[in-house]
Amino acid sequence: MKKTAIKVRNLSAGYNNQAIMENLCFDIQSGEIFVILGGSGCGKSTVLKHMIGLIPPVAGKVFINGQDMVTARGTAKNSLLQKIGVAFQNGALFGSMTVLENIMLPLKEYTDLPQDAIEAIARVKLGLVDLEQGAFLLPDELSGGMRKRAAIARAMALDPSILFLDEPSAGLDPLTSAGLDRLILELCASLGITFVIVTHELESILTIADRTIMLEKETKGIIAMGPPKTLKQDKSNPYVYNFFNRSPEPGTQNVETKK
Amino acid sequence: MTEPPQLAIATTMETTTFCLSGRLDARGIARVWQQACLAIGRVKSPTLVINLEKVDYLDMAGAAFIFHLKTLEKNRTQGPLPQIIGLKPEYAPLLSLAEKTDIDSDFKNPAPPHSFVEQTGKNSWDILSDARIFIGFIGEITWAMITSLKNPGRIRWAETLVIAERAGVDALPIVALISFIVGLVMAFQAAIPMKMFGAEIYVANLIGIATVRELGPLMTAIVLAGRSASAFAAEIGTMKINEELDALTVMGMDPVKFLILPRVIASTLITPLLTIFANLVGIAGGAVVIVSLGYPPIAYYNQVVNFVTWQDFTGGIVKCFVFGILIAATGCIRGYQTARGPAAVGEATTRAVVSSIILIAVFDGIFSIIYYYMGV
Repeated sequence: MKKTAIKVRNLSAGYNNQAIMENLCFDIQSGEIFVILGGSGCGKSTVLKHMIGLIPPVAGKVFINGQDMVTARGTAKNSLLQKIGVAFQNGALFGSMTVLENIMLPLKEYTDLPQDAIEAIARVKLGLVDLEQGAFLLPDELSGGMRKRAAIARAMALDPSILFLDEPSAGLDPLTSAGLDRLILELCASLGITFVIVTHELESILTIADRTIMLEKETKGIIAMGPPKTLKQDKSNPYVYNFFNRSPEPGTQNVETKK
Repeated sequence: MTEPPQLAIATTMETTTFCLSGRLDARGIARVWQQACLAIGRVKSPTLVINLEKVDYLDMAGAAFIFHLKTLEKNRTQGPLPQIIGLKPEYAPLLSLAEKTDIDSDFKNPAPPHSFVEQTGKNSWDILSDARIFIGFIGEITWAMITSLKNPGRIRWAETLVIAERAGVDALPIVALISFIVGLVMAFQAAIPMKMFGAEIYVANLIGIATVRELGPLMTAIVLAGRSASAFAAEIGTMKINEELDALTVMGMDPVKFLILPRVIASTLITPLLTIFANLVGIAGGAVVIVSLGYPPIAYYNQVVNFVTWQDFTGGIVKCFVFGILIAATGCIRGYQTARGPAAVGEATTRAVVSSIILIAVFDGIFSIIYYYMGV
């Protein structure tokens, strides 16, 4: 039986004590690809920010490997942060550093390895995401897809057991997006990394996700949970069914393709 | 060529008919909009008919106009919608699209503007909140500085030197220009009245004391506020918008130690050095005037050296350390407070420069009072 990597309990997500999501409860198993999805502006990224300890939630707890991220402070939080990696929507690579230096930064900060060892490890991480040729480029010189891969490589610098990805396929062409999906599947299969992905790219979700939760703004909560292929077939909740089948309104058919 | 739109109104006991004709586009409906809206208010018949038989052209603006008339009529009668007749089939889809707007939806009006008292209260509260955040940040920076001094190897010295070069060495030409011109102009202005008393040589005393105690530190600080505080705010603001600060935080690295501390250290070290340079150049500017009045340079030199004491010099330099911290901290804090959106970095930069200059002026005043009571 798989271990639970993340437990979210009674999480109320929001800013300035104003909850946009209330009482979220879910578990994420070790080694699974878990997708948080929902309509634009429903609070997916806010939930992610609470899970990675970037902003405190209105209420609730997020346990990562049994330790509460919300209440952790100082060195406890630091050691918790070293167990996770985060790739932000736009990459968030440091503009004044090359791609290689970006990946070397966490290694320099947290290890006593000599410079050449750090560089060698960073190059391996770049190889994992197939970006060796971009090692000495600045983030500005990378394409959107390369930037996302570089961000994943940096997030993996310290070999985290959990990777959080915020909208990894947003703004990418279908081929690059498919390449990124394949990379996520490969990393999950070969390294056993747990992926928590925030996205609303349906094709990507159906390709990679083991399980998904769907958030809804109106109910301020989870309206569906389970494997995406099951949710796509399930007609019990019209919103979920329409979302997965790209129908604009309940009961209407999918938008017809142009002839 | 289609005709400009016309509105003809026919009224019977039972029905009022609005006959629209011509081209109903954005330009055209402007001619009949007011007339039609006013006419609806004066309709007495129970039924309104809008006849579009003679309409030659209708676009979304025209469809919105028809929809608006229907809404007005619905509000007037609190009952049935007006009847539309004569609509050409090719325009029917446009009208259907316009009618997708929920006629009963209550558009939220924007909040009314605050009264003067409310606005003053809000502004005061904003200033107090800003001051609280600022003081909190200063505390965080101070704490980061103290903890880093325990382990100086963790400070990013390479980055600190690069920042010191950019903020200090690269600022030499502008600091030199400003200081030289200020020294020169001040000497000129002072020399004219002093010449009437045959006391031109005492211009040297004036230039020496004013430059070393006040103008050198102040001019340098203002130049740095314009140059470096704005640069720090823009750099950190852009990093915030690109989520680079979030990335640092989730990597467990404190952005204050990583980004702000090197800037504060660099600025604190280079401000006094730049001030010494500005003092020398400012005094040299005054020398040009005195020499042009016929005095030998050695007379000017002796006059300055004998009049300006080490206390004056030290007093000026001590201020510079504080100015350096203020400039870097303000620039970084304003950058850190950058909001979202394209104008945010520009706004943060402006706030950085304005806040730095205000703080420099305030602290200069505080130093003057302290020095007065200390007898410096």
